[in-house]
Amino acid sequence: MANALDPHAAIVTTASGAGDGMLTTADGKPLARALARSQSRARRRAFLLVLPLLAFVVVTFVVPIGQMLQRSFYNDGFSANMPQLSAWFDQNPRGTEPDDAAWEALAGDLVASAEVRSIGVVGTRINYDVPGTRSLFTSTGRKVRGGIEPPYREALLEMDEDWGSARLWNAMREAATPITANFYLASLDRRRAEDGSIEQVPERQRVYVMLFMRTFWLSLLITGLTFILGFPVAHLLATLPMRKSNLLMILVLLPFWTSLLVRTTSWMVLLQQQGVINDILVWLGVIENGQRLQMIYNQTGTIIAMTHILLPFMILPLYSVMRTINPSYVRAARSLGATSWTAFRRIYFPQTLPGLGAGALLVFILAVGYYITPALVGGSSGQLISNLIAEHMTGTLNWSMAAALAALLLASVLILYWLYDRLVGIDNLKLG
Amino acid sequence: MAVPSYASPLERAWHYAYLVICGLIFFFLIAPIIVIIPLSFNAEPYFTFTDKMRSFDPEGYSLRWYDSLLTFGMVAPDGPRDAAWWADAWANAKWVKAAKNSIIIGLFSTILATVLGTLAALGLSRPEMPFRRAIMATLISPMIVPLIITATGMFFFYSNPCQLLGLFGLPTNCGRLAGTYLGVILAHATLGIPFVIITVTATLVGFDQSLNRAAASLGANPRTTFFRVTMPLILPGVISGALFAFVTSFDEVVAVLFIAGPDQQTIPRQMWNGIREQISPAILAVATLLVLFSIALLTTVELLRRRSERNRGITPH
Repeated sequence: MANALDPHAAIVTTASGAGDGMLTTADGKPLARALARSQSRARRRAFLLVLPLLAFVVVTFVVPIGQMLQRSFYNDGFSANMPQLSAWFDQNPRGTEPDDAAWEALAGDLVASAEVRSIGVVGTRINYDVPGTRSLFTSTGRKVRGGIEPPYREALLEMDEDWGSARLWNAMREAATPITANFYLASLDRRRAEDGSIEQVPERQRVYVMLFMRTFWLSLLITGLTFILGFPVAHLLATLPMRKSNLLMILVLLPFWTSLLVRTTSWMVLLQQQGVINDILVWLGVIENGQRLQMIYNQTGTIIAMTHILLPFMILPLYSVMRTINPSYVRAARSLGATSWTAFRRIYFPQTLPGLGAGALLVFILAVGYYITPALVGGSSGQLISNLIAEHMTGTLNWSMAAALAALLLASVLILYWLYDRLVGIDNLKLG
Repeated sequence: MAVPSYASPLERAWHYAYLVICGLIFFFLIAPIIVIIPLSFNAEPYFTFTDKMRSFDPEGYSLRWYDSLLTFGMVAPDGPRDAAWWADAWANAKWVKAAKNSIIIGLFSTILATVLGTLAALGLSRPEMPFRRAIMATLISPMIVPLIITATGMFFFYSNPCQLLGLFGLPTNCGRLAGTYLGVILAHATLGIPFVIITVTATLVGFDQSLNRAAASLGANPRTTFFRVTMPLILPGVISGALFAFVTSFDEVVAVLFIAGPDQQTIPRQMWNGIREQISPAILAVATLLVLFSIALLTTVELLRRRSERNRGITPH
């Protein structure tokens, strides 16, 4: 390796030579060590500049999301408030018929829980698995507040015969361990059968997988549409002289800078049955007044509005790549006899792929997590997975379910984000 | 872009068809934004052009929806328009309140995001920065993670921000951030940070590090170097990052839905209510004002970008 003509080699030889031959700084310290020290000081300085923001983002963003996701596999609503029964489930394997000890534990826990008014929490937890049981817990809680006489089994069945239901006992067994995968099973339309195996839920209740599929399919479709609409525009902007293209660029950037709610509102106004587009179609005689098109509050509305909103995110990366493509390649291909289509397909299009990849990934990532637009213009058939998360957060209050769905959505977004970073690099993210 | 002289008639035809297609796509991009502007002057509570509007009859147009922005929520909206009326509007009108909230929250979250973001971008642009890629990915992630997930996480965290201190045996009850201005400001700052990082690091890419060394060799200390040399050069990037952060906050509704209380209703939140409950052309009046606002912002950012390119010696080609 050492080459006599390489000046660096000479220095390295001297520096790595024994003891007194070492290179030193002016004040006599070994050069290598002084250099290492100054480099680590520079690293520390750079890191200290980033530290405040990193700490801020970790505290206000990373930790809260982590904390929320914890709910997807940890729910102690039952186990913390029903300790005796949880202990009984612990000691007796799955399939054991509830014996007297079990009924005694249940009665004791119900009385204690009713005393401290935590029975609603317990009922809510079981209600996630067996809908309609919250009232069973709360009404029993009211009846047993003063205490309950043995035999417990008969006394409880007297109050409500639902206490004997095998499905209820099965659900209580599942809830007795605070750490559970059941919410993930539920988000994949699966549940635990009474013998502990995993089964699909009845067909009528299968919603989540369908919603995930719809979210991905619609996002893919929207990405495709933004590509079809964005490509010609980006190409035009990239090939026009700078002054003209800057002017036309405003038409792309203005929607980009306009409030999301404004753009969604305009689509609501345009697409309504009594809206501008239907009016024009009737006026042109394309459709009869009686058969105005239903273009909003369904999937069509979601697709149109989201394509419009996400289009600039496709155009901008495509444009910045197309600007750098040298036009003489296409000219050379033409001069060698390629038709304009072949020249485009074989020469021009492959060079636009980096921009296309960046734009498509960005649009897809943003579309998968969209909430506001589908919520406002989607109706029921245009809802995406985000809307269901919001529904579980504010409507059904099944926060563990919301967290499990969020975890699955987040996982897919993070995989795409990682891919984006590998392929494009986050540094190359451009905003206008 | 002209048709080359050797183009065949078919290619010529295709070229013009292509221009028409592009025109239609530009129309698709811009028409929805433009169309709401005339509609906001509708004299009737409809979302389409009435016959009178189409025949440009002045009676078809009115400012009533703009007026309703002021009167909605006022104690005595029908009184004479004297000083007391305006004071009432300033204090009670819902849209005025929402505008005040949006501006306050936007301003403070922008300051927070810009200061922290600019410092971090300076660090991230140094070649010796350790774990650059991972840290950058973390700092940009608020832009990538679906808003509903962010908002859900913040909902739990902000209702009891000290819960995690329990892990270290510290008291876990220190009040709430949900339903306070501080909470919304912190949340919006988090969401605005990626934009500041992206714009400022982009400005720093063309930054000549030897300028700093030149300043140091002329006797300037790091502080002087920063304020007299670095800052003026990256200022356009910082300002456009700040504008992005402000717009993010100004346009944000999901986090507000989850963590703001009734006192922190912002313009987007008020719009959300309006759209969900009873959509009236008053929404279009707000939308028109917001479009004008974004035109102003876009112009500012565009001017800043050009200035920055001039400063750094990059001439547009």
